[in-house]
Amino acid sequence: MKALTLTSTSQPGAKPGSPQAFREAVGFAGLPRAHWRSLWQEMEALGPQERLRRFETAGRIIHEQGVTYNVYGDAQGMERPWELDPLPMLVSAPEWKQIERGLIQRATLINTLLADCYGGQRFIRSGDLPPALLFAQSDFLRAAHGIKPGGGVFLNFYAADIARAPDGQWWVLSDRTQIPTGAGYSLANRLVTARVLPEAFRENQVHRLAGFFRTLQSCLSASAPQPVGEPRVVVLTPGPYNETYFEQAYLARYLGYSLVEGQDLTVQNRRVYLKTLSGLEQVDVIVRRVDDAFCDPLELRNDSILGVPGLTDAIRAGHVTVSNALGSGILQSSAFRPFLPGLCRAILGEPLLMPSVATWWCGQQAARDAVLSNLENLDVRPAFGGNSSLPKTFDDLRRAIQFAPHKWSAQERMQFSLAPCWERDVIVERPVELRVFLLGTPDGYIVMPGGLARTGAGGAGFGFSMQNGGASKDTWVLSEQPVEEVTLLAAADTPVEIRRVGNNLPSRLADNFFWMGRYTERLDASARALRAALLRFSPETGGSELDLLQPLLRILAVQEQLPAESLREDRSVEALEGDFLDAIYNETRAGSLRNIASRVCRLAMLVRDRTSNDLWRALSQLEDSVANEMSSWSAGEAIGLLNRVLMLSSSFKGIVRENMTRAQGWRFLDMGQRIERSLSLCNLLQESLSASHPRSQGLLESILEIADSTITYRSRYNLVPNLMAVYDLVLLDDTNPRSMLFQLLQLEKHLDRLPRKGAQGPASPEKRLLLRMLNALRLLDPSELGVPGAVLERSETAGVLSLVYDSMPRLSELLAVTYFEHSHISRTSA
Amino acid sequence: MEYELIHRTEYQYSEPVTVSQHAARLEPVCEGRQELSGFSLGIHPAPDAISSRQDYFGNKVTVFGIRELHRKLVVEARSRVVVKPLTPPVPALSPLWTQLAARLRDPVSPEDAGIYEFCMDSPMVQVSPEFARWAGACFGPSTPLLAGVGMLMERLYAEFEFDPVATEVATPLEQVWTKRRGVCQDFAHVAIACLRSLGLPARYVSGYLRTIPPAGQPRMQGADASHAWFSAYCPVNGWVDFDPTNNLMPSDGHIVVAVGRDYSDVSPLCGILTGGGEHSLSVAVDVLPVEGAGR
Repeated sequence: MKALTLTSTSQPGAKPGSPQAFREAVGFAGLPRAHWRSLWQEMEALGPQERLRRFETAGRIIHEQGVTYNVYGDAQGMERPWELDPLPMLVSAPEWKQIERGLIQRATLINTLLADCYGGQRFIRSGDLPPALLFAQSDFLRAAHGIKPGGGVFLNFYAADIARAPDGQWWVLSDRTQIPTGAGYSLANRLVTARVLPEAFRENQVHRLAGFFRTLQSCLSASAPQPVGEPRVVVLTPGPYNETYFEQAYLARYLGYSLVEGQDLTVQNRRVYLKTLSGLEQVDVIVRRVDDAFCDPLELRNDSILGVPGLTDAIRAGHVTVSNALGSGILQSSAFRPFLPGLCRAILGEPLLMPSVATWWCGQQAARDAVLSNLENLDVRPAFGGNSSLPKTFDDLRRAIQFAPHKWSAQERMQFSLAPCWERDVIVERPVELRVFLLGTPDGYIVMPGGLARTGAGGAGFGFSMQNGGASKDTWVLSEQPVEEVTLLAAADTPVEIRRVGNNLPSRLADNFFWMGRYTERLDASARALRAALLRFSPETGGSELDLLQPLLRILAVQEQLPAESLREDRSVEALEGDFLDAIYNETRAGSLRNIASRVCRLAMLVRDRTSNDLWRALSQLEDSVANEMSSWSAGEAIGLLNRVLMLSSSFKGIVRENMTRAQGWRFLDMGQRIERSLSLCNLLQESLSASHPRSQGLLESILEIADSTITYRSRYNLVPNLMAVYDLVLLDDTNPRSMLFQLLQLEKHLDRLPRKGAQGPASPEKRLLLRMLNALRLLDPSELGVPGAVLERSETAGVLSLVYDSMPRLSELLAVTYFEHSHISRTSA
Repeated sequence: MEYELIHRTEYQYSEPVTVSQHAARLEPVCEGRQELSGFSLGIHPAPDAISSRQDYFGNKVTVFGIRELHRKLVVEARSRVVVKPLTPPVPALSPLWTQLAARLRDPVSPEDAGIYEFCMDSPMVQVSPEFARWAGACFGPSTPLLAGVGMLMERLYAEFEFDPVATEVATPLEQVWTKRRGVCQDFAHVAIACLRSLGLPARYVSGYLRTIPPAGQPRMQGADASHAWFSAYCPVNGWVDFDPTNNLMPSDGHIVVAVGRDYSDVSPLCGILTGGGEHSLSVAVDVLPVEGAGR
């Protein structure tokens, strides 16, 4: 067996002669440390080939699960796959105890400070806290001053970034007190790591994470301001463009909460409500992922479009709990760090257990002098975040510090410990930092037994950021005893109230489901029409076959897949082939397959917390298959791709049909599909009726093919396609799930089951519109098409087709007005 | 001087508003030379929830929500106040500005925390060396504090032009600074930025001017609307007001409604609406001396 070797990388910022970095996995004489030994043996036992295979499996799982993070201002790939190194970071039991004690103390201290800053400010009056630390912060929300959250917990969630110095001691690098992110990513990392290294996960007694999240659920429920049977908890997200949107959706689904945006909520009578399809539902607890000042455009930053107007007043009235409390971000400031040891002694009467990385706040003379005389060797940062950017030269920086010293702080560059990192077929050591998560409970803080380890790519001085290309790791906290299994499911003997219908779909999600339905169907219809055209297109095409192609080209032009030039008779075969390839691969072309696929994927992301992983996988594969193809292929080869797209599209539909509960989300998805299918069918038939040879066998065959009704036709008629029979099958046969009548009947059923006010009154406008189409269709007699010499373009059939073609977009609009009610928020100021 | 005040704000919306939330700071303060003997707030359509409290800076703020579909909102604040005339401080006798600036450099004594808060940047006012340089001309090494502030006010009055169309509520300070024109709100912000850039505390005051000037005096700029000025802190006299728009120290012709770090803390009426489309605003302020109570 070949032994694993470690390659070490040099640490950025490390001065020559500075102490050797601590090695996490390697101890005396280069031997593995005791708590790493078992993992090491497992890794060696796997052998190089298996290790490579497993490394690749990890990447595949990440991709399939759609674990991503967003990079602001990156137009290229807004969603980036999450970088996970499947080799976990290990922390031994005694060491974890120390970390736990240190961070519980720190969280308790910070919570007390928050309560004081937003209350009596006695630590400012006692001189323990310089006033600038509070008053100079734009994040000190005056509107939140005086609000006491239930139970006195301001800091429900807290995270600390810690790192280990050469002497083996853990130091706090930064405090995350506003919106500590990453716990969801830890959970996702755990899932992958435990699947890639199942043997090692079993062998080592690794603390499970589920217990922490179960406590989190019960704490949030208990934090509801009024005791209600089952409080409604929502996760307030800034939306899908936020850096950690994936995590927000992932956590919301894992915990069973609705993921909502500011516009989904409304404040009425000092209470917060969720706008759902069936009316307003009161919200008791909000877990916010929106920054402090952006939570309420009325009382906080009035340029915010992410918040809920009136939220601050609803909190003040005691009708809703927001976690973390509004304004908790102030304690993130590095300026607090030098004062924590003194405050800890003053408040808790004990020394601060885990030190912070050496930090100087320039608001004090001595610290300022120290910083100014050592500028080159320190990391100088704006002390309070905000908009002050770093001056370009040391001289400018010096002047900026001298003009407004309290706005600056500096910290020491630390030599991080090195952890082994698995990079395909090699293991290298890289600097590592650990984010640890805490939760405030009525009985004090608890620590998530795990964490998000991040390793530096070697660029940044400190503070590894995913945005700068580092990788993350799962953290295994080892137990000395066997660990118990916990799941998030309620204990079997807890009585549960039986529910059959979930009518609480937020209006915005109904909107997204609806459009997901429309775009998935558009993708399907476009792929079918393109395939039909490509099958009839070959570079040798000419004469009669071109006649056959013309109606198909027109259909594709109406659907915006082909440019108008494609229809010109003098279009060369080469140019036409280029048009076809564009219609498939050109992302910037509005109607291209690739463009539609990426829209579908974006919509799928918006409803992720309401859909299964299988559904997500089917759709992301669909996008992948279009996006990753070589666009230089010939038109003939593209048929293979279209076949694959149609296969994946069917598997998506299968999942929807077989696995999605018949709740409102499904209903809107299906309505979207039916409306879109009716529209593309109309387009197909209208163009065929006005073709030069509408009765030609070739054209009728392509109608059957695009409408996916060839087999049905053959089983019924056993003869060459006949105009009247084909139109009857695709328009009026209510047993054909592809027929127009079938779509309208399904839509009618859906409309009847939608929640509506005044259900006893006259039929809704949507329903009346649908009935008009339905009646016209039912009265249609296809035998008119059989009359020799009939002018098909002026037939009743053509009339009905144009009625449906004009009415469907109107139906779509009516549904939007009634159910999606997009609130346009505006501001006034006098 | 006793006044009857009517501040009427009317919004017309091009499309119906389904829900609106507003925060109003329209109730005059009751402290110092000013006494409030009556206040009422009329809101149409009637709000479904309304609550009043003192904000962080001690101003009365009323938050209300309207759920009724409406195309027009009227908020009418009526108050009755008595304002005693100012006994003007003697600027030459105030302490040196350098003493106060030094006192508010580190370490700041905990007793000074309250005024120190007004040395800090605020949402609409950020300090810069440029403000410090410009204001420095008024503050020599041995200039008494209030004398310096008085000169700053005069310089502002002389070099900035009153121009109601040059700026809007949201115009950033830099733009006012480069254009050298604006309205009372802008002048107050520039003065505050200057004082804070020198390390001196300054705050923003919103209020009204009496509409009809006393006989024989000119009508002041800013009557018939909300007015604004600034206040500087003096260790001897406390907060002392200056009106850079009219180049004078407010006496019993100015009524204080609210104080804060800058306009964003004291905006008289701000709202967030769902729906509404375009809106048009009309504001009418009447400040009427009560018969028989005047001088």
